[in-house]
This record gives sequence, structure tokens and C-alpha cells, in this order.
Amino acid sequence: MEKAITWTKKHLLGIEELSEEEILLILDQAKGFKEVLERPIPKVPPLRGKTIVTLFCEPSTRTRTSFELAAKRLSADTISVAAASSSFQKGETLKDTARNIEAMKVDMIIIRHSAAGAAHFLARSVDASVVNAGDGAHEHPTQALLDAFTMREKLGRFKGLNVSIVGDIAHSRVARSNIWALTKLGANVTVCGPKTMMPVEIEKMGARVTYDIKEALEGADVLNILRIQLERQKEPLFPGTREYIKCFGINREKLKKYAKKDIVIMHPGPINRGVELSDDVADDEYSVILDQVTNGVAVRMAVLFLLSVTK
Amino acid sequence: MNLKERAKVLDKEGISRTLKRMAHEIVEQNKGIEGLVVIGIKTRGAYLAEQLAAKLKEIEKSDVPVGALDITLYRDDLTEISAQPVVHSTDIDFDITGKKVILVDDVLFTGRTVRCALDELIDFGRPANIQLAVLIDRGHRELPIRPDYVGKNIPTSLKETVEVRVKQLDDIDEVVVLGGE
Repeated sequence: MEKAITWTKKHLLGIEELSEEEILLILDQAKGFKEVLERPIPKVPPLRGKTIVTLFCEPSTRTRTSFELAAKRLSADTISVAAASSSFQKGETLKDTARNIEAMKVDMIIIRHSAAGAAHFLARSVDASVVNAGDGAHEHPTQALLDAFTMREKLGRFKGLNVSIVGDIAHSRVARSNIWALTKLGANVTVCGPKTMMPVEIEKMGARVTYDIKEALEGADVLNILRIQLERQKEPLFPGTREYIKCFGINREKLKKYAKKDIVIMHPGPINRGVELSDDVADDEYSVILDQVTNGVAVRMAVLFLLSVTK
Repeated sequence: MNLKERAKVLDKEGISRTLKRMAHEIVEQNKGIEGLVVIGIKTRGAYLAEQLAAKLKEIEKSDVPVGALDITLYRDDLTEISAQPVVHSTDIDFDITGKKVILVDDVLFTGRTVRCALDELIDFGRPANIQLAVLIDRGHRELPIRPDYVGKNIPTSLKETVEVRVKQLDDIDEVVVLGGE
């Protein structure tokens, strides 16, 4: 029988605040929800009568759809507010928007925002539970959880697992949440990218840093490839796309030369095909990118469920 | 509450004989085991379902599909229970549509667990019928639910609990009544 650890948190704001046991609890519960998704009627009633708002102040397809599906599969009512069509355009502050939404009696707010700390700020401003769906370059906890879930599904363990994260580390909340999660779970994390995309003192989070793709590939069990986020770069951080592809783009040739045969390829999406990841590798049998998407719904169901049954 | 063991109601052989009798009743009632599937309610009902299916096979010499149902997500008291609910998987790898489902649980008490199980089962398909088999019926129903096959009726007070123990989890097969004070 599994250990009875109790979930006590009201919000999910980041992986940094979670213990190893709490991360594992979410992953264990997600297994049950993955089974629900495979049922003839993939819907269960535990969140009946709960209302969940997704407040997305940045573009998103995957994460938002995934959260909404997760909520609907649990029988919650969902409402989505997109920044582009909301009162943000009229100058309303985040706090006012959120408090107005809350006044309509919602139980949970899922927020994505370009400012780091937006979810934490919201959690202090409202009574509803808050889930961080990405805040600036800070954290994207559910992505790290679904990445971890997928790794455990494919490889069965975390202790001693070598995970390399390649790409724009500086602008990546996925990288940060992944480093927190994986180091807590006992995996060895290597981050790799151009110097201009490497944040200072990232080693302090417990990751090994390399600027050489060869070092990142050698011995890696998992390769998590990040998207080059051109929209977040205020000035160009590398001379040209061609140069980036040459040094850090993952293709079959580099994998053949340096990587283990059965390396697991992950990408949080959306992919810039032909830039950070070549077509043939993206659609390769070792690529688990679509498994990540499927698992994302199960992991988010586990998160919503745990937050809503916590007193 | 500190519960003391009051009485042992069934031992290993007793459970085995009881399940055998229930298996005979199921076969008699359904005129064989054609179209029958056995689904146990997790956790202990699932182990009893396996034992019951084995007895059915002994009698009729053919296999009965066995599944297990985790009802956590269908509970009506999710936010009231003090212990954190843990979600397990439901394991039903066959279609139940058109089948005669023997739903198995260890103890029938308020009937709320069975209500959850019925709701969940119906989300898996449209069975021809659902029949309820319980090892122990201890009374105190809060819903209009009645069993079709009962191993043993044990009148209890609300201060008492009935525990069915199975070897896989508790290292012993037995049924005991526990009481307060």
C-alpha cells in the first residue's frame, strides 16, 4: 500500500514550493486519471458544481485546452477569459479582473501571465484556489509534472536518471520548473544552450551547465528540447537561425553521433520544426511529444482534484 | 475510537464455503454463466470477486471475466471525509454492454458505496442487468438498495464495524466484528 501523504496546499503556484512526496502524490493520482481518460465515457463526477476560470493573458493552445479538458472530465464548469477579448484592453488591473471574476463565485482560477509572480500575486488577492499555468520566465508547474509523469511512464524511475534540457534556458519557465521537479526527484539535470540564453547562477538550482551539445547528449536518458522563444527576446540572442540549428538543433545525425540509442525525446511544444528539432526526430519512435500532451490532461486532472478536495 | 475485536464471524474455510454457496446460487439464478462478468469494488471486494470467479469456474468449467472498480471519484462525501481520498485505477478490460454483471463487495452497510459503483458501471456501458453479491450484510441501509446474494447477515449496532480481511492485504482470510468501548 502506498504511503498516506496528505495534500494540504490550496494553490499550485510552482514546483519550488513542493516536496518530493507531494510531487509523487500528484504523479500517482495522475495514473488513476489516465485510466479514466481511456474509458468509454471519459468523465467522472468529483468536481460537480465547482466552477473553474481559465484566465490566459498570453497565447496558448495546448495548456489551455488541456486544463479545460481536465476540468470538464472532472465535471467542473469552466469559463475561459482571454486577455485579448477582456477588460484588460480597457485598462483593468489583474487584481480587479480577478476579484470581479471571483465575485461571481468561482472556486478556482487558472492563470497564465507574462509577468513572473502573477500567480502568487493572484493567490494573495483572492479566496479561490489558484493554479499557475505559466508566469513569465518563472514557473510552469503542470508542464514539469507532466514531463516527470511521462519520464516515469517510459523509464520507470527518477533516481540517477540523466535528463538534458536544451535550448533557451534563460527565457524558459519550463526549464525552471523541470529543474526543480527533477532535482527533487533525484534525477541529474544538465542544461545546455548558447551562453546568451543561459541565466546566471542556474547551477545553484542543482543543474549542470554545458555549452556543448555533445556533452548534453552523451549519457542522457532523456532529452527535453525547449522552443526558441523569439517573442520573448528583446534583442537577438544568436547570430542567426542557421547558426543555432548547426550548434544546438537536434537532428538524427547529432543523435546518432553522440546520444544513447534509446534516448527519450521530449518537447513542451509548440515546435519550431527544423529549428530546435528536425522533422524526422520530432516524428521519431523515440519522440514522446504526443504522449506528453495526453499525459498533460491526466496530470492536470490530478492537480485540480487534489486542490478541490483540500479543505 | 479504539475498536476491540468482538467476534470472529468467518474464518478462511468459512469464507470459502460461503463464496461457494453464493457461486451456486448465481449459477442457478442465471442458468449457467453465459454472458456473466464479475466486477469487484476495490479494494477488498476486488479480491473476493476473484475468489468468486474461481468458484464459478469450478462449477461451470469455463472462465468468467473479472474486473475491479475504484469508486473514489464517484463518492458523495469527497469533501467531507477526513482522510485524503486516493484515486486508483478501475480495471475493466472488457465491454460490459449486454452482459450480466455480478457486482461484488465485502460488506454492505449504508448502500452508498454500491450507489457509487452503479453510477460508475453505467458509465462503462449498458449491462443487461446488475446483480449485487456481498459477503456480509450488516444492515443500516440509507438508500433503497438490496443484495441479490448474501454470504452472511450480521445484525450490528452502529458502534460496531465489520472487517473483512483478505490474505493479499491483511495476511489472513477472515471476517471479524469490531466494537467500541
